[in-house]
Amino acid sequence: MDRAPKLNLVGLSKADYAAAPSTLCKGCGHNSVAAQLIQVAYELNLKPQDVIKLSGIGCSSKSPAYFLGQSHGFNSLHGRMPSLGTGALQANHSVRAIGISGDGDTGSIGLGQFKHMLRRNVRMVYIVENNGVYGLTKGQFSATADLGQSLKYAGTNPFPPIDICLEALAAGAGFVARAFAGDAKQVREVIKAGLSFRGTAVIDIISPCVAFNDEPDSTKSYAYGREHQRALQEIGFFPAQEEIVVADYGPGEMQVVELHDGSRMTLRKLEADYEPSDPTRAITRLRQADLAGELLTGVLYYDASRPSLAEASELPATPLSMLPDDTLRPSRETLSDLLAGYA
Amino acid sequence: MAIDTLVRPDAGAQAGAKVNDFSIAVATANGTGSQTANLTLLRSFFKMGIPVHGKNIFPSNIQGQPTWYHIRVSKDGFVARRPPELLVAFNRDTMHQDVAMLEAGGVCVYNSDLRLNEGRSDLTYYPVPVKELLAGVDVKGKIKEYIANMTYVGVVAHLLGVPLDVIEGALEHHFGKRQKLVDSNFEVVRLAYDWAVANVAKADPYRVEPMNATEGLILMTGNEAGALGAVYGGVSVSGWYPITPSTSFIDALRDFLAKLRHDEDGRPTYSVVQAEDELAAIGMVVGAGWAGARALTATSGPGLSLMAEFLSLAYYAEVPAVVWDIQRVGPSTGLPTRTSQGDVGFAYTIGHGDTKHVLLFPSSIEECFEFGYLAHDLADTLQTPVLVLSDLDLGMNNWMGKPFDYPERPLQRGKVLSAEEVAALGDWGRYKDVDGDGIAYRTLPGNPNPAAAWFGRGTGHDEMARYSESPTDWEQNMARLARKFDTARTLVPGPAIEEEPGAQLAIVAYGTTRYAIEEARAQLAAAGVATSFMRVRALPIGDEVRDFVARHEDLVLIEMNRDAQLTAILRDELPEFAARIRPIAHLDGMPLTAAWVLERLMPFLPEEARRLMEGA
Ligand SMILES: Cc1ncc(C[n+]2csc(CCOP(=O)(O)OP(=O)(O)O)c2C)c(N)n1
Ligand code: SF4
Ligand SMILES: [Mg+2]
Repeated sequence: MDRAPKLNLVGLSKADYAAAPSTLCKGCGHNSVAAQLIQVAYELNLKPQDVIKLSGIGCSSKSPAYFLGQSHGFNSLHGRMPSLGTGALQANHSVRAIGISGDGDTGSIGLGQFKHMLRRNVRMVYIVENNGVYGLTKGQFSATADLGQSLKYAGTNPFPPIDICLEALAAGAGFVARAFAGDAKQVREVIKAGLSFRGTAVIDIISPCVAFNDEPDSTKSYAYGREHQRALQEIGFFPAQEEIVVADYGPGEMQVVELHDGSRMTLRKLEADYEPSDPTRAITRLRQADLAGELLTGVLYYDASRPSLAEASELPATPLSMLPDDTLRPSRETLSDLLAGYA
Repeated sequence: MAIDTLVRPDAGAQAGAKVNDFSIAVATANGTGSQTANLTLLRSFFKMGIPVHGKNIFPSNIQGQPTWYHIRVSKDGFVARRPPELLVAFNRDTMHQDVAMLEAGGVCVYNSDLRLNEGRSDLTYYPVPVKELLAGVDVKGKIKEYIANMTYVGVVAHLLGVPLDVIEGALEHHFGKRQKLVDSNFEVVRLAYDWAVANVAKADPYRVEPMNATEGLILMTGNEAGALGAVYGGVSVSGWYPITPSTSFIDALRDFLAKLRHDEDGRPTYSVVQAEDELAAIGMVVGAGWAGARALTATSGPGLSLMAEFLSLAYYAEVPAVVWDIQRVGPSTGLPTRTSQGDVGFAYTIGHGDTKHVLLFPSSIEECFEFGYLAHDLADTLQTPVLVLSDLDLGMNNWMGKPFDYPERPLQRGKVLSAEEVAALGDWGRYKDVDGDGIAYRTLPGNPNPAAAWFGRGTGHDEMARYSESPTDWEQNMARLARKFDTARTLVPGPAIEEEPGAQLAIVAYGTTRYAIEEARAQLAAAGVATSFMRVRALPIGDEVRDFVARHEDLVLIEMNRDAQLTAILRDELPEFAARIRPIAHLDGMPLTAAWVLERLMPFLPEEARRLMEGA
């Protein structure tokens, strides 16, 4: 007899968070991110019905079909997920949104929408599965490709890369993190923290493309990621309902960040003076790491002070999409009163 | 608009007087506050019960450039553009050209500080010493410039016979509770009026007399009416990007929403987001529509082209969305402040891969209001984008209309399944055509039933919304979408038809060209030439349009674009009648006049009818 699967607090097994089997290449970094999203949703006891999945276009953007099959999802247009998400979340701010994009989708065609979404602070976890290449169209350079990098199809790249995290910082994002798809634990912890953030949580996940950009000298390859990853913090995430265990960490080496919903993120500072609340510092560290050929990972910036778009719009608790008809259509009297002013 | 009950002005009026039937052009510089003066005149005629319509003819500039305002005063209720008999020449830069445009017998009221040379002996001139009149008025700088335009209001009021209290009432309407502004403006009107009474000898035949033909009517712009209709249609989300002539639609929408849509705690039950471009504006609308809120955007040609990809996706993923396209002329900046019907062909099939969209063609403020809520009912019912094709002339100008009827039909939210309904169905599939009308059942994010989830996408999908590259799935899905479009034919507003027995010609048109056509038809009828008229109000066409075309062998289709875009669509949809639909297509940026319509109809009239017209 099979053993009954383990259920989480909302009575779901891990399998309940699965979806259609992935059609992406074996070994693609995007698959590991999808797997971690399933794990995170299971561990956080998310109800799939309370989640929406959004994406643009690309191999990365296909992946919402491969996790949380019981959640509504929309695989939209190349580079346009931010606007679709903005409208969807203004219509229904009660759902948690997970957005999956690619470096082409965000850094090239969608750079404008990306930055404007950040200005507005639309509440969603915005994951860029960054492989430095256009996977789906078979190997062209993306805007995050390394300067001087050579690819079989695309030749040598003469342009410097756009750094997704720097762009996010410049646009005023309140949550900016980077992770490496090969580091499952870190990916999970960062996503968990991002889900608690009330605003856009940008997570740039270096997610190697094994088909077109996995040369060891590419900063978006597995080999490079493993060798050059330098984590800023060791992250521990504690959901609101879980007891927080802090005994392991020595004082002065860790920092507990309280998130919007009462859950906490513990950052174990590997650099004694790294402050995730200082955007200038974050920018400097990103630049330094780049020059040193390091892959800086962790929560680079965290500032929860800015309201989300739904909060700034002062939307009522009931989502606009669920308002009853008599709220939607003003009364008969209001119309005649109003028209009297035009007579 | 047609006036049902007309009280004719006093029949005992002096011989040769032209009462309640003329056009005025006011020429001023942009940004000098002339809008207030012009609207005051417009509303004064309206308050006197005389049918009236005002058109802004303005260039794409903010300040200093020439601008014209045309007021049509018509006892018979005709509101099409008509070359003016009266001119108010208050702009130095254009005054010579403005005077040259007047027909013999015309009237020119001008600012005498501008030193116009009264070179034409076939006109009546009334110089107004504006500086001198304002010398005693205690206001400074910019305000003085603004208020200077009130001088022509006073002089015109005297010349035409508009009572001063009517002018004051119009100013009160304009400024609302800002009594100080009413007073300062009215002071100038009175000054000029009194000066005119004392110094101007009336030497022209034009004047007004009270009627009661505007009783119970309202005066509003099409953009205001459309926005108001949308509010009564429950619109809750809007993403938009500024572009003339659609901006005032969103301005009105925001005003009306702020007035009408709050919960008990005073929180707005709507969200209007100014997007970074039209790509994002329509993205927000499609996102909100997918999530279950009624959403719209308003734009014009250049913005519409940026929306192509999302409209195509919304058609194929079957997401409701409403787009108001307030048409202007041309690409890029084109003629951004001129009117057109140039987006019809583009809008009908905007997208890629066999897209076809529902289009609505409002022609009046009543229809703007009605289509304002109807567009959302149709978008929800059909789960598809609906584009309302208005135009600059309708959208930005003030039109008379009947007070809008409150929508009697409840909101039509279409086939949306609750958690329980999904459970009861058991084998629900997002794209299954259960009812045979091509419209499948959808669920919204947040539906608590785990089986309610579906994955929206532009990629090929089967009935269960699963990814599919199967040729059969694609073809069947596209066939269902075509079936859904056939259902749309039965749901969209049918044409407005006026069929005359023994008609010599049938005229087909849509939108605001109706006004010039209706006036031309009245002139034809007066000469004994009967015509029939069908005003198409929506695409796709249904049986009524088809049958009208089938019944008439001689048809002309009048539209404001170069390539006869609706003609092409009708010929395509009704190939068996293609040859009988003959276009009169024209676009120069100006609204049509009845005289132009008549002239262009002539060659299409039978010999005998032409003779009757020539005799008339
Ligand atoms: C408007 C538009 N232009 C181009 C494409 C073709 N296209 C599909 S995916 C893609 C690039 C995706 O790259 P990226 O976002 O990095 O995703 P990846 O496949 O690498 O995960 C392009 C150019 C498209 N789908 N839509
Ligand atoms: S092509 Fe690259 S990005 Fe696309 S699925 Fe394969 S490995 Fe992943
Ligand atoms: Mg990529």
